[in-house]
Amino acid sequence: MPVISTDIDTGELTMTLVAEFAADTARVWQLWADPRQLERWWGPPTWPATFTAHDLRPGGTTRYYMTGPDGDTAAGEWEFTAVDEPSSLAFDDYFADENGERSRDMPVSHMSAELDSAGDERTRMTIVTRFESIEQLQQLTEMGMEEGMREAVSQIDALLAG
Amino acid sequence: MVVDELTQEETDRLFLALADATRRDIVERVLVEGMSVSRLSSQYAMSFAAVQKHVAVLERAHLVVKQKNGREQIVHADVTTLRRASALLEHFETLWRQRVNRMEDILADDPPQTDADDRP
Repeated sequence: MPVISTDIDTGELTMTLVAEFAADTARVWQLWADPRQLERWWGPPTWPATFTAHDLRPGGTTRYYMTGPDGDTAAGEWEFTAVDEPSSLAFDDYFADENGERSRDMPVSHMSAELDSAGDERTRMTIVTRFESIEQLQQLTEMGMEEGMREAVSQIDALLAG
Repeated sequence: MVVDELTQEETDRLFLALADATRRDIVERVLVEGMSVSRLSSQYAMSFAAVQKHVAVLERAHLVVKQKNGREQIVHADVTTLRRASALLEHFETLWRQRVNRMEDILADDPPQTDADDRP
């Protein structure tokens, strides 16, 4: 289990997760920098993500959509607010409509990732997700809920089958 | 998980209430065990009336409830509201835990990528 710690701050509405990987920071950075690798981890297997644009630079934009088992799609857009290869990146995460246009009436969430060397060929990654309001958090959870539940169920199925 | 809808007004109140350090501190103090307003006010370098005002703001945001106990007013955290925020954040924690596990799988599967690999 790569996750070392998680911290939830109800007052600040943040979720912080620290994980450690057996790879150097340049390699872990690739997970974020290479859209083909992003596709392998951003969405759950039941809702795989397809990245159509990925400009990992301050002010750069990333576009992606996720495809559900019934063919439903959910699109999103990132705008990078800070990028410092290979140690940190931060972006605002927006919802997009079916045309890939940023949706104005959906709240934005903020995400940052920091990569620190944790010794020989080891990297510590700190992810912070910040929300603007409980209402927004609720909206996002409701949208992601189905996907998260399906994912959990499929994992349990796999365990039982194994 | 069933989450009650919050109106915009309720949400605004909630965040206004939590925007103040003293009010966040009050919520933390009364999380486990209720405390009277007078005992609470002895914890801060402000007047009883000022603390009472803070408690009233928290009450309107449904973060605390007051119970009468003889002549004292006991302040308790309204755990339902806090729990709701916490449950929502936990959902995102689960999402990220799964992502991190997938990241680990990729790292275990793949040799490091170099630019040379991308050349046709």
